[in-house]
Amino acid sequence: MTAQSEIAPARAADPPPDKPRRARNQKVHKLTRTDLIVVSVMVAVPTLLVLVLVWFPAVATVALSFTNWNGIGALSSIKAIGADNYTNVATNYPPFWPALQHNLLWLAVLFVVATPFGMFLAVLLDKEIKGSRVYQTAFYLPVIMSLALVGFVWQLIYSRDQGILNAVLGTQIDWYGDSSINLWAALVAASWKHVGYIMLLYLAGLKAVDPSLREAAMIDGANERQAFFRVIFPVMRPINIIVLVITVIEALRAFDLVYVINKGRNGLETIATLVTQNVVGEASRVGFGSAMATIMLVISSIFVAIYLTIVMREERQK
Amino acid sequence: MTDLAVRPARVWPKPPRIVLHAFLVIVSLGWIFPIAWAIYNSFRDYSYTAQNGYVSFGGFTIKNYLNAWTQGDFGIHFWNSLVITAPAVIVTLFLACCVGFVLSRFSFRFNLSLLAIFLAANLLPPQSLLIPVYRMFRSTELPFWLSDSGSLLNSPIGVILMNIAFQLGFCTFVLSNYMKTIPNEIYESARVDGASVTRQFFQLTLPLCRPPLAALATLQVTWVYNEFFWAVVLIQRGDKLPITSSLGNLQGQFFTDYNLLSAGSVLVMLPVLIIFFALQKQFVSGLTLGATKG
Repeated sequence: MTAQSEIAPARAADPPPDKPRRARNQKVHKLTRTDLIVVSVMVAVPTLLVLVLVWFPAVATVALSFTNWNGIGALSSIKAIGADNYTNVATNYPPFWPALQHNLLWLAVLFVVATPFGMFLAVLLDKEIKGSRVYQTAFYLPVIMSLALVGFVWQLIYSRDQGILNAVLGTQIDWYGDSSINLWAALVAASWKHVGYIMLLYLAGLKAVDPSLREAAMIDGANERQAFFRVIFPVMRPINIIVLVITVIEALRAFDLVYVINKGRNGLETIATLVTQNVVGEASRVGFGSAMATIMLVISSIFVAIYLTIVMREERQK
Repeated sequence: MTDLAVRPARVWPKPPRIVLHAFLVIVSLGWIFPIAWAIYNSFRDYSYTAQNGYVSFGGFTIKNYLNAWTQGDFGIHFWNSLVITAPAVIVTLFLACCVGFVLSRFSFRFNLSLLAIFLAANLLPPQSLLIPVYRMFRSTELPFWLSDSGSLLNSPIGVILMNIAFQLGFCTFVLSNYMKTIPNEIYESARVDGASVTRQFFQLTLPLCRPPLAALATLQVTWVYNEFFWAVVLIQRGDKLPITSSLGNLQGQFFTDYNLLSAGSVLVMLPVLIIFFALQKQFVSGLTLGATKG
């Protein structure tokens, strides 16, 4: 999603309201001529849109990463220069390795802290407790906000002179500005949003787990923890993998938050901000930026592939 | 959960409920604190907080909101957001219905690969597509009545298009799955009555898909409204930015007045908060639509 934006939303199999299905597929050759045209248009328009706006640019990015184009000259002035851009990125571009490190740290924190905590909250809230809805609402309020706004709201806490954090701690730290800690400050804000999302996904997952599984485990003498980790957690495998994919893609896309804080400089570089800076920034180095963009594409496509494999397996079973 | 016959429950007693509630109360209060803090300070006078510090009580005013609205040009930016969000959501849902309909009704050999093309598209990092998209949009000429920049760059149409392309996958997936649950007999009788595919789509499928469409619409409005990246890179004129992406601009203008900044944040938050509280059920079911197995 959007950077979302957004966020890569949860996607696996859907909850069909009832079971009656099958026996649907209409044979294509039974269609009249007009119907065939209508059907073709219904598929062709959206497909074309996605191919032109997403898949063609993806392929073009990979191709451009092997050229020396500066983005100004005509398309015919593009020269292939082999893997030079990649060597340059790796050896001759100081912000690259720190940025990659930041992305990895982002992933590590989301994965080791935020995701388990979200899961933990889901387990707690899945019990029949009073006011569960109220607690849930509190936890997913941040989920509905854009990461840009999250960065903004946390500024009121982190500000050196006017933030509450320094007022409470009695310190004078510039949490967003100091390059040795601003990544951690950003990560707290990012986790704040991530936890609620993960909680929501696991809550849905837990509701779908057959309660008799847990009861059976308890009768066999397992305690709560054992029942969860040995029985319920493995059963939620599809959700676990989707959460993994979402977390990885989220970490890779880390952009909005750091861009709002300081345009992703001074300790907050990520691959996504470096790509953007090399294209729309002062120096427009298209080939070079494309090399980094391709690295992003390759990493994410591994996880997209994992994701698709699961989804498609479930689709085929239907 | 009554414990008749569930013996082991007594051997391993549940943790006391009070501890659980205490924990949840503390954590959830901590969770809403940043938002509550922004709302609280947005109603306070800057000179009061400057004098008494932020950890104080008093100096209430609504001036910050009036100032934020005028200084941040909120009217224009909210309008820009509306101009982008409304068409993007409507077109996305309509196109997703079209693809979902075909995928669920007819079996072509390429059905699964088609779904994969859509689904994978919205998981790719948008930044990695930026260069070609930027160049494509800059060289796409549009008549001036459509875009006053003369191209897709600096035009809401460009941002709308990218939003549609990125959101189509999720919506198509959810809708096609839902449509598969519509019994074939309904279509069968429609066909016997001589209804064309177009009529089946508009008069049978679409009305039946109201529940997922409501959930998706709620979710999509929030996502497109929250979208930041494409608007920032494709629109370079400050007065054309939607509200979420114009946040960065406000920062400079407000620089030290954090009360004003709070008021601005709350204003930006307001539409999604309203949607969330008014349509919470739709919202949550939408978020988990893709994630659970019935």
